[in-house]
Amino acid sequence: MDGVLAAALLRTMWRIRLFEERVAQLKRTLQVHGLIHLSIGGEGVAAAVCGQLRDDDAVYSGHRAHGHAIAKGAPVDRVMAELMGRVDGVCRGLGGSMHLVDAEHGFMGATGVVGGNLPLALGSALAAHLRGGDRVSVVFFGDGAVQAGHFNETVNLAALWRLPLIFVCENNGMAEFTSREEHSAVELVSDVVAPYGFERETVNGSDVPAVYDAFGAFLEAARAGRGPMLLECLTYRRRGHYEGDPEKYRDPVAEQAWAERDPIAQLAKRALEKEWLDAPAAGAIEAQAAAEIEEAVRFARDSPLPQPEVAAELVYAGSGG
Amino acid sequence: MTTFVEAINETMARAMREDERVIVLGEDVAEGGPYLVTAGLAEEFGRERVRNTPISEGAVCGVAVGAAQSGLKPVVEIMFIDFITLALDQLVNQAAKAHFMSGGQLSVPLVLRTQGGAGQRNGAQHSQSLEAWLTHVPGLKVVMPSGAADAAGLLWSAIADPNPVVFVENKSLYFRRESVPDPPETIPLGQARTLRPGRDVTIIALSRMVHDALQAADRLAGEGVEAEVIDPRTLVPLDLDTLTQSVTRTGRAVVAHEAVAAGGFGAELAAQLQAAAFDYLEAPIQRVGAPYTPVPVSPPLEDAYRPGAEEIVRAGKVALEWGQYDAEPWEKGALAGS
Repeated sequence: MDGVLAAALLRTMWRIRLFEERVAQLKRTLQVHGLIHLSIGGEGVAAAVCGQLRDDDAVYSGHRAHGHAIAKGAPVDRVMAELMGRVDGVCRGLGGSMHLVDAEHGFMGATGVVGGNLPLALGSALAAHLRGGDRVSVVFFGDGAVQAGHFNETVNLAALWRLPLIFVCENNGMAEFTSREEHSAVELVSDVVAPYGFERETVNGSDVPAVYDAFGAFLEAARAGRGPMLLECLTYRRRGHYEGDPEKYRDPVAEQAWAERDPIAQLAKRALEKEWLDAPAAGAIEAQAAAEIEEAVRFARDSPLPQPEVAAELVYAGSGG
Repeated sequence: MTTFVEAINETMARAMREDERVIVLGEDVAEGGPYLVTAGLAEEFGRERVRNTPISEGAVCGVAVGAAQSGLKPVVEIMFIDFITLALDQLVNQAAKAHFMSGGQLSVPLVLRTQGGAGQRNGAQHSQSLEAWLTHVPGLKVVMPSGAADAAGLLWSAIADPNPVVFVENKSLYFRRESVPDPPETIPLGQARTLRPGRDVTIIALSRMVHDALQAADRLAGEGVEAEVIDPRTLVPLDLDTLTQSVTRTGRAVVAHEAVAAGGFGAELAAQLQAAAFDYLEAPIQRVGAPYTPVPVSPPLEDAYRPGAEEIVRAGKVALEWGQYDAEPWEKGALAGS
């Protein structure tokens, strides 16, 4: 870790944090549409993982996908326009918050069906393997997905076929409104895959350098043709499952503990202590991100709403149905 | 003479020779599978491109979708259409919608081959005809060939198509032989075929029932009735023009498939035809399909369950005789209640 890297990670995290805080506001006035799932408090995983990937590496995500898309390179203005259902959205307004795709930057898709992204990422790794090269695939999922049948099926296939796929589990201790103790008999996700014999590690997801190093080691191995691996990042969901969730399950003690473990605050503190950055430089990163998000909101508001014909035109690829 | 199985097998081999992006995956495919549809492919193309999978229909279908999104052209096999239930999440929520939801960035050039149909005493979980479910999902194409030459020509187009195509075979057609040109003629998706011309009634039949429809037409011809027999060949996209032209000419139609009649694709055909040709119809469109029960296994029960030529003849006669006899008002009431 050095000043350049710490600044890059802080910049990505601030862009995600301020984007999502702005989205939460916009949701209250119904300027963004549909179910909105925020990753506030978990930005460190997205930044540390995607920050090491290339555009030709494939990333698949779930319903809580804004951070992964932004960290992988999706332009924040076009992501904002997508959430507002505008023609300049990354998916021309046809995907929305839960179905972001930015193929140009290798963000191959978010899915609203928990666990449904896992086999897609394995298929992408199979394509990378058969077509040659050192591309890798990464799939983000929560601990809630581990109890879905697709997880076990995909883990087994990945282990059998030894494909360059890195499973990144963001274990936030909750499956929607239900705590991990109530939805899984196994505490750690890395223990669930233990019998398959591939490399696995559990790290503190708020410790951005730790996530960075653990993922970096897996990535190097995957580029060399090894895989799969599983990186479990212990995180915390500081907002509801979705915006508007009544959050009756909220534990104020855990809330306080995780607020203190905030990944941005921790990395900023360490960067100042180690003199990787000085205070004005750290402040400038946040201010620059804030300006970028306000510009994104302006861009999205200026973008027209789609014409109704576009829906029928995009049902089939090529010459159509 | 070529069997249906040989025609499909050879088409997959041709596609794999021509394009290295084509891969085949599914349970037991490298062993040839229970009906030998993939026999010899692993020997010619190796087990990297012809991949045996665990019994994990959901993930296997998802792997095929992801591989298709990243530049491969997978042909995935679901051994029995009954097991497609396990793959529907990937097919319905991912494959069918990826192009749309991504605003056109992604495409899923995928073929999912499967087979259905009763008649082999396999019981209620290995004999169903579930194609109507698939036609209900925008983004999927659905193909149902009735013969070897059509199967070869349609599978070729399905593999070339940039969209997810579900290719539904019928197990009772697998070892029928017919002459297939070498190389087979490519058949575009969405083109019906008229197998027998006729002026009195149009029989529109799917898959295995096409052969029953031809038998029924022979029997009707013995009674002086000229039945036209049409095989739509692809359900989505549907060649409604060919069907409508025929029905506007004959004024009477029977739609026949092996699937349960209730909620079957025949209902959609009847609805579309009545909307397109209402003023030309002399009789209500008749539907032939299986009764509203699971497929029974005991031989006399399964034989009674499977619709065939006899049911098509009967439906054809109802269509032909409609309106020819003046019923008393009390008889009309009784008919309506029957």
